[in-house]
Amino acid sequence: MNDLLNFLFLHKEMVFIIILSVFLGIEVISHVPTVLHTPLMSGANAIHGVVIIGAILVMGSAEPGNYLALILGFLSVILGTLNVVGGFVVTDRMLEMFKKKK
Amino acid sequence: MQSIILWISYIVGSITFIIGLKQLSHPETARRGNLVAAAGMTIAILATMLFYKDENGNHLHNFGWIFGGIIIGSVVGWMAAKRVKMTAMPQMVSLFNGMGGACAAIISIIEYPHMAIMHEWNIVAVTLAGLLIGGTSFAGSMIAFGKLNGNIGDKVFPAQTIINLLLLIATIGVGIYLTLLPDTNMTVLLIMALMTLTYGVMFVLPIGGADMPVVISLLNSFTGVAAACAGFIYQNQIMLTGGILVGSAGTILTILMCRAMNRSLLNVIIGNFGGKAKGAAGEKEKGTVKEISLSDAAVLLSYSKKVMVVPGYGLAVAQAQHTVHELEKTLEDKGVEVKYAIHPVAGRMPGHMNVLLAEADVPYEKLLEMENANDEFPTADAVIVVGANDVVNPAAKTDPSSPIYGMPILDVEQAHNVIVMKRSMNPGYAGIENQLFYEPKTRMLFGDAKATLQKLVSEVKAN
Repeated sequence: MNDLLNFLFLHKEMVFIIILSVFLGIEVISHVPTVLHTPLMSGANAIHGVVIIGAILVMGSAEPGNYLALILGFLSVILGTLNVVGGFVVTDRMLEMFKKKK
Repeated sequence: MQSIILWISYIVGSITFIIGLKQLSHPETARRGNLVAAAGMTIAILATMLFYKDENGNHLHNFGWIFGGIIIGSVVGWMAAKRVKMTAMPQMVSLFNGMGGACAAIISIIEYPHMAIMHEWNIVAVTLAGLLIGGTSFAGSMIAFGKLNGNIGDKVFPAQTIINLLLLIATIGVGIYLTLLPDTNMTVLLIMALMTLTYGVMFVLPIGGADMPVVISLLNSFTGVAAACAGFIYQNQIMLTGGILVGSAGTILTILMCRAMNRSLLNVIIGNFGGKAKGAAGEKEKGTVKEISLSDAAVLLSYSKKVMVVPGYGLAVAQAQHTVHELEKTLEDKGVEVKYAIHPVAGRMPGHMNVLLAEADVPYEKLLEMENANDEFPTADAVIVVGANDVVNPAAKTDPSSPIYGMPILDVEQAHNVIVMKRSMNPGYAGIENQLFYEPKTRMLFGDAKATLQKLVSEVKAN
């Protein structure tokens, strides 16, 4: 238990961010009309594509001879980009249909 | 200075995520919210490539690989997202979600050896959590994609719940082993990865296709948490914020979706319509259905003051959205008020019917949410139910043994007349009988939705 508390305290800012983000996440999607459930899910899907930054860090620090890291890293960058680009474009397509016709 | 710029761009990015999500929850600002978040993401990615420095002050390298990967992912992602039919949107969400999960899992696999050597068990545990959660999300999302695409059916086998639970515990067990006895030999890690993938598949495989939206939303929040795990091991604020925001918001969204179906999340994951057998043994007293001819239906509709249309999955399957819009316009030309009643879970995803009808240029204002629609049914002369079944099934109110019991439905029997358009008397997606068909005010109009609607349009024009 002490170990755990010390660990959390060692990363106190990160823990703080996590706790606040949880409450923020709950707050920003209160009162969503049902019709927006799917586009919102799609938008959130695109946002967690931020994991691509981790992929870039992995690729960016891979040593020249480490082929495993290079190839896996390359793959992870592609996957992350698919998440981001595909996610935002799909969301935009869903929302395009919601324009009010004037 | 560069680290400061990076820090600022991460703050900006995080803010755009928050604002974007908030704007995505309101119809007027939704599209803007998506673009805002996309802009913030771009800033964060570019800033990382330009300004990131590790503990030793080194910038990133291998830019050729990085750019190559980004270009490939962007082109493929863009084209896939743009080209796919609107009706395939739900499975695309699942597909891209899986990509994110796989990305997080691979990051964990690459980083595990470093973490195992350099750090204490806590960080190793977080790394492995990223593998477990990301991998489950990837495998599960692929299965969900297959189910929505029609490639994969529902596989139910005995003791499924127990087996899945045991598999999960075993996978976590391997994870604990790897945490306490860090092993830079990748074999055990790969075993854990394989177990994770298997669990992801087993988790989603038994769940009914109708419940896929809820499952995808759940897997969406899983990927968010996996992204946050990766963010934690890199002490990267924006990955952490983005990941937790999605993990948290995604969980709430999943709960909201369950509420719209009036089922608990546990019931969705484990339930898989255990009520099917019970429901069939229940109401056997049916009676006969009464049919209505096309010309009689046309007369009924033409001389109504208000007609309400209840679209369902059948409309999407028949791709009859343009035809139903034509019927609406033809009736409106005759002075009939036409409105659409949209049930929250009509179709395959929340909003499915809205997207379908919007594609046919049906004016947004004509689509009524369930509560508003239920207020209007008593004053409707006629209701046309097109390819919808479970959302108008009175068993949800009257039969406690029914799998849909408790789900709020559209009270179409409050209208003066109900016309149900179906291909045949076959049960709908939930596989249960619908008492509505045998009610005195109901008339059946059998046939393919598109063809029948087309003929109705001609008949109404002739009236």
